[in-house]
Amino acid sequence: MKVSIEVNGRPVTEEVPDRTLLVHFLRDTAGLTATNIGCDTTSCGACTVLLDGESVKSCTVLAAQADGHAVTTVEGLSGADGALHPVQRAFREQHGLQCGFCTPGMIMASVSLLADNPEPTRDEVRAGLEGNLCRCTGYHNIVSAVIDASGQEVDR
Amino acid sequence: MSIVGTRVVRQEDRNLITAGGTYVDDLRAEALSGAAHAVFVRSPIAHARIGGIDVSAAKEAPGVLGVFTAADLGLPPHPAGPVPEPWLAGEVVRYVGEPVALVVTEERYQLADAAELVDIDYEPLEAVATVDAALAGETLLFPEHGSNIVQVKGAAEFDDAIFDGCEVVVTQTILNQRVAPAPLEVRGAACVWGEDGRLTAWLSTQNAQMARGQLAASLGVGEESVRVIAPDVGGGFGAKIGADPEATVLGWAAKQLGRAVRWVESRSENLTAMTHGRAQQNTVTIGGKRDGTVLAYRLDVIQDSGAYPRMLLLPTLTELMAVGVYRFPRVETRSRAVVTTTTPIGAYRGAGRPEATAAVERAMDRFAAEIGMDPAEVRRVNFIRPEEFPYQSPTGASYDTGEYAAALDKALDAAGYAELRAEQQRRRAAGDPVELGLGIAAYVEITGGDGAGESGRVDIHPDGSVVAWTGSSPHGQGLGTSLAMLLSDRLGVPLDQITVRHGDTDEVPKAVGTFGSRSLQLGGSAIRQAADEVIARARELAADLLEAAPDDLELDVERGVWQVRGAPASSVLSWAQVAGRAAEGKLSADVWFGAGKPTFPFGAHLAVVEVDTETGKVELRRIVAVDDAGPIVNPLTFRGQRHGGLGQGAAQALMEVVTYDDDGNPTTATLADYSFVTAAELPDFELVDMVTPTDRNLLGVKGIGEAATIGSTPAVHNAVIDALAARGVQHLDMPTTPIRVWAALEEAAFRGVRVAEPPARGEAPNVTAGKGSAR
Amino acid sequence: MIPASFEYLRASTVDDALALLASHGEEAKVLAGGHSLLPLMKLRLAAPEYLVDIGPLDELRYVRLEGADVVIGALSRYSDLTRDPVLLEHAPLLAHVSGEVGDRQVRHRGTIGGSLVHADAAADLPAAVLASDAVLVARGPAGERRIPAAEFFLGPFTTPLEPSELLTEIRLPAQTGQGWGFEKFTRRAIDWAMVGVTVTGGRVGLVNMGGVPLRATATEQALAAGASIEDAAALAAEGTNPPDEPHATAEYRRHLARVLTRRALTQAASRT
Repeated sequence: MKVSIEVNGRPVTEEVPDRTLLVHFLRDTAGLTATNIGCDTTSCGACTVLLDGESVKSCTVLAAQADGHAVTTVEGLSGADGALHPVQRAFREQHGLQCGFCTPGMIMASVSLLADNPEPTRDEVRAGLEGNLCRCTGYHNIVSAVIDASGQEVDR
Repeated sequence: MSIVGTRVVRQEDRNLITAGGTYVDDLRAEALSGAAHAVFVRSPIAHARIGGIDVSAAKEAPGVLGVFTAADLGLPPHPAGPVPEPWLAGEVVRYVGEPVALVVTEERYQLADAAELVDIDYEPLEAVATVDAALAGETLLFPEHGSNIVQVKGAAEFDDAIFDGCEVVVTQTILNQRVAPAPLEVRGAACVWGEDGRLTAWLSTQNAQMARGQLAASLGVGEESVRVIAPDVGGGFGAKIGADPEATVLGWAAKQLGRAVRWVESRSENLTAMTHGRAQQNTVTIGGKRDGTVLAYRLDVIQDSGAYPRMLLLPTLTELMAVGVYRFPRVETRSRAVVTTTTPIGAYRGAGRPEATAAVERAMDRFAAEIGMDPAEVRRVNFIRPEEFPYQSPTGASYDTGEYAAALDKALDAAGYAELRAEQQRRRAAGDPVELGLGIAAYVEITGGDGAGESGRVDIHPDGSVVAWTGSSPHGQGLGTSLAMLLSDRLGVPLDQITVRHGDTDEVPKAVGTFGSRSLQLGGSAIRQAADEVIARARELAADLLEAAPDDLELDVERGVWQVRGAPASSVLSWAQVAGRAAEGKLSADVWFGAGKPTFPFGAHLAVVEVDTETGKVELRRIVAVDDAGPIVNPLTFRGQRHGGLGQGAAQALMEVVTYDDDGNPTTATLADYSFVTAAELPDFELVDMVTPTDRNLLGVKGIGEAATIGSTPAVHNAVIDALAARGVQHLDMPTTPIRVWAALEEAAFRGVRVAEPPARGEAPNVTAGKGSAR
Repeated sequence: MIPASFEYLRASTVDDALALLASHGEEAKVLAGGHSLLPLMKLRLAAPEYLVDIGPLDELRYVRLEGADVVIGALSRYSDLTRDPVLLEHAPLLAHVSGEVGDRQVRHRGTIGGSLVHADAAADLPAAVLASDAVLVARGPAGERRIPAAEFFLGPFTTPLEPSELLTEIRLPAQTGQGWGFEKFTRRAIDWAMVGVTVTGGRVGLVNMGGVPLRATATEQALAAGASIEDAAALAAEGTNPPDEPHATAEYRRHLARVLTRRALTQAASRT
């Protein structure tokens, strides 16, 4: 079917098989490969993007379901001048990433979390990111990054 | 002030947080445009004879370019181990997940459709799902081998006389359960043969050069005919060392089809076909005096190697590190490795050393409990003392430096140990159903233990920029930034003018790579050595230019300029000026640092858990970690490595385990079933730094990649058992899942009222009772 | 992993959806949020020939008070329910349970109707709806019918809905001011409940204690007869037949049901 999705502000329209997953539409059709696939059971969150501003796992959304909607990936976060989004800046500043594979999804999940809860506690960040797995960081600095991005002081 | 030792955010990050890394599945290289896609058809059964394979229907499926089985391959045999591992199973499958056929299609979405059509006739054989079944030997995986035991090391026979004179002897069998490395990026490769007859293989690997050797040997070509490139790698944890058999089959298929082929496994494949880690069953016997002195220690290791032993070094490393941080006068060890019809076992963060630490740290706690002494005190009594270094351990390790008692004291102080013990007592006195548990682990481990050295190359260009190549192969550790810091410090060149490259065998032909926490001490020393050689050459050139004796020249690293000692400030030369005069058009040094000897990082961890005795649920509340790996180059990444290790180590103690049913079917084959730890289960980590240098490399550093994993698992494990101690539980195997804790409590309570028959349980926990008992 | 091929059909209205279902019969599956169905399709445990996407039907996304009833459109997402002011005041158990399903991303997509129709005994919402004495409204070619929650969960993944029918609405008596409690026992926060207990107004719904969500009838009767929470909770596992698995045996689940019921009832008592 013909699917048209506004990806990072740019319309992407393509004829794709009905079974196309949103994550593959983003990676293969829109050519945006930051969004990764880490599992096949909607568990790991590496494929997290914003669909109409809300975090979703793009491996469990059909491209067809996103037809006519707007998707934001990590490639669309920074400003036109290359200025980092506060969450991107904080992930770097707090060493909230190591191998980087979970990072695009983790950042998008964090953006969504902060939209709902602009000043979370560390425990709220932990609960809010339960759907995003990271094997490298032990999560400590990811939590710190979200706290930092929220404008709160990182005290550990 | 030197940049070394200061907090520097990573150079690697910018791309990873804006455009995402370039992992195998992301590669859009010209050579891979239009690459075909590949999937392995894997055995759904643990042990079976293959009666026949019918690929005709699959070959007719839309988009299929080729379907290949063992009969098609015609590859030279797999490098010989004690038992042969086929590239694709042709006659017998020996684990669920073993590759049997390769399907190649035009489009990614055609793969699963075609793979479903490969019709394989399996004639089931008995599964050998446990080490006990393997040792029983009723069913052999390799009848021609004559036994399921594939390696025996250490003591030929144990001698009970080592326990003579002991007032107390405790024996405990400890399961170090099988876990999944589960890097977030699964395995993947992309292969294409050029018109020049050369294979280029992009591979998610921890060491491209080792993979090049393996691929060349298996494909029957010279090493010069293979180029391996490690692009961004999404975590490895030991499970991406070298090349797995799948890469060989893919390289073969790319040649057969005459086009580029890409393979990226699924997570359920990854959880059944990437090597697992740990999987040891260890029996410890510890004996000593009631004053806390340990006199003798015995470790008997049974390594489950899975269906094909890919790393028989693991149990040997466990034996090597058996005594940990303790001066045990009499020690004996033995290891046996067996094959089972399960996923092969390989390295996983720590690789043999965590198992040694887990065993000895449980032994110390059991011994302490038996003599009624605080576990911290028993450790103090037995630590190797600072003045005993270098220390030759009875198992053959030569420890470099250590301050074991100091590390423990720091951990106890930071945690507020006495306070915590008081709180534990208060809860017990009040009959609180939520028990507090404190767990201690003191550890020492071996890093850079392979002794193979590492390569390093530094070029300084006429524009003043520095490009370095390291034989290490970082994949998340942030080593690139650390190496750039070392160069900046040594050369006086700003960080933003330094680029560190790695992972392409055409750029770095000779290298060992990243595993065993070797990279900073060996790769870093190589870069330091290369920098010093560049400086030596620059000194000659600068001396020429400034018409001074080389010995009178000095490099001002604050400003990054060469000058004549004591001469006017005007006569200085920049790096650009010096490099511009080099005959080759740049200053360059290409070195092999081969002088490094193994180093022995150490530390002490203290874990605090709460155990809900009504449900069995364990909550990890705190973990205090003192980790000493010598001088710290970048505290940010140094701490990041410890965080990651703590997370994985704690997860093993708390929840992670790969399980099989009696028929050898995996029951944790997806991330919905495998308890990969999340942010919600872990606490904030409390780190305490400590610095004891080594003299075994140029930087004085030891490895930190695995250390925190090694300390945290037994700390958390001991904490859970400590919480239950007052209720009569003496041991409980990992992971300390709710049902195991609950069942252990039930059984202890049952024993307490002296009922003869233990209660029936679906999955009986491994609970042991009393002195000298084994499960 | 990628689903087997299917034809995607998008419904524009409820009537349109019913027409599509009627014409494709048992080969069609309804796609709402997709968070029960798509994971099964990706693992090829389900392979429908047609998917009828009702996601765009905003007419099925609402929560409102109608007289003494709270009525919920079947396409209301977990993330809508957990912060809905009407639900928070008049059916707080459901609002709270919705906030504990899956993770944030799942809650942005998953719908209450999808969860109920999937009828997984390990899911949280079916037990909450059961404890809420809800009535489920279905529409089909023959018109509308109302099915009490107690008659909706027939077996594992089995409901009385015909392939041509669509669950459109959930109606429950308002629980304004009723004490409620929810206990979900998991290994990890994101896991399905090993056992869960939902309590509202003295009614107790059990998660994962059998092939279908169950009411702890013996506990409810004891409470009604004036038993203490402790004594009533001790009866929570009566009549249950929980799954027996290595990581959670039937015996362990029965034990958990008793402990968690006591805790959920205690919570409920503290909220009245």
